[in-house]
Amino acid sequence: MEGNIAILGYGLSAIGPGIGVGLIFAAYINGVARQPEARGMLQTIAFLGFALTEALAIFGLALAFVFR
Amino acid sequence: MSLGLLAAAGGEEGFTAPGSPDFWQPLFGTSGALAVTRPAIVLVISAVIIMVVLSVATRRLSIVPGKGQMLTEATYGLVRNSIARDIIGSKDFLRFVPLLFSCFTLILLNNLFGIIPFFQYPTMARIAFPLVLALVIFVVYHYLGIKRRGLGGYLGSLLPPGLPGWIKPLVFVLELITYFITRPVTLALRLFGNMFAGHLLLLLFITGGEYMLLHSGSLGLQIFSIPTFGMGVVMTVFELLVEFLQAYIFTLLAALYIAGSLADEH
Repeated sequence: MEGNIAILGYGLSAIGPGIGVGLIFAAYINGVARQPEARGMLQTIAFLGFALTEALAIFGLALAFVFR
Repeated sequence: MSLGLLAAAGGEEGFTAPGSPDFWQPLFGTSGALAVTRPAIVLVISAVIIMVVLSVATRRLSIVPGKGQMLTEATYGLVRNSIARDIIGSKDFLRFVPLLFSCFTLILLNNLFGIIPFFQYPTMARIAFPLVLALVIFVVYHYLGIKRRGLGGYLGSLLPPGLPGWIKPLVFVLELITYFITRPVTLALRLFGNMFAGHLLLLLFITGGEYMLLHSGSLGLQIFSIPTFGMGVVMTVFELLVEFLQAYIFTLLAALYIAGSLADEH
């Protein structure tokens, strides 16, 4: 069996952001369910948090292809 | 491009997974690292399409909009109202609408080219293109901040107020890293990474399915190629969502950084 261990690094780096993105959207759904009129404001914040959290996984992906 | 890929995928030594070399597609002028590549052509085509579509759509504006005008107005309204006005604030958001709208339409169309037949190359999957876009935003928000407060005042405003004295140097270094390294790098890498990974996934499913169907020579794998192509179609639809989302997020973050430089209090 052969391959590149950097790809495993990407898998590891995706765990944290996966949990984080789940938490963000859980909070967003909770917020909209409690106060539907706040949806527009919450949406911006949710996507912002999503983008910032996801950046870590993207770093992992980029580095997996850099160190090959 | 597809011919080269298919040949690579169907070689004698078995299936080779697609990788980053598949994204280097020079078309002409191939002297070493300098060449007119496929994403460059796609970018030029997208800029021409945006110019033509927007100038045609806004030439005869009517009170009751037709389909084209409605689509243009919806896109413009999204950037103007729900991105620029909500984040930068109603006082001076109008100056930045052209920049944000250009960013949004250019990124959106280039991302959509990733799944439109015959183009099928997301320009932003080459790091140079998102890097330049992020640099434009980088220069704009630093310029705004320095013009507003002066260089010393701008650097001082990076510190949140009300910190105890001994921790200030540490936080200042952290904020400096955030503003000058993390922000532009993540802005570019996010767009690049999403487009690159998404397109790689599509390449994997399509070339893998093609290999299993035509070159594997075993019935089991040929049957398995059907769900593989199915996943390719599903991921194409998913890519449509991601492409729109990334254009939105890039514009959102650009507006947020500009708003941060314009804000009175940190």
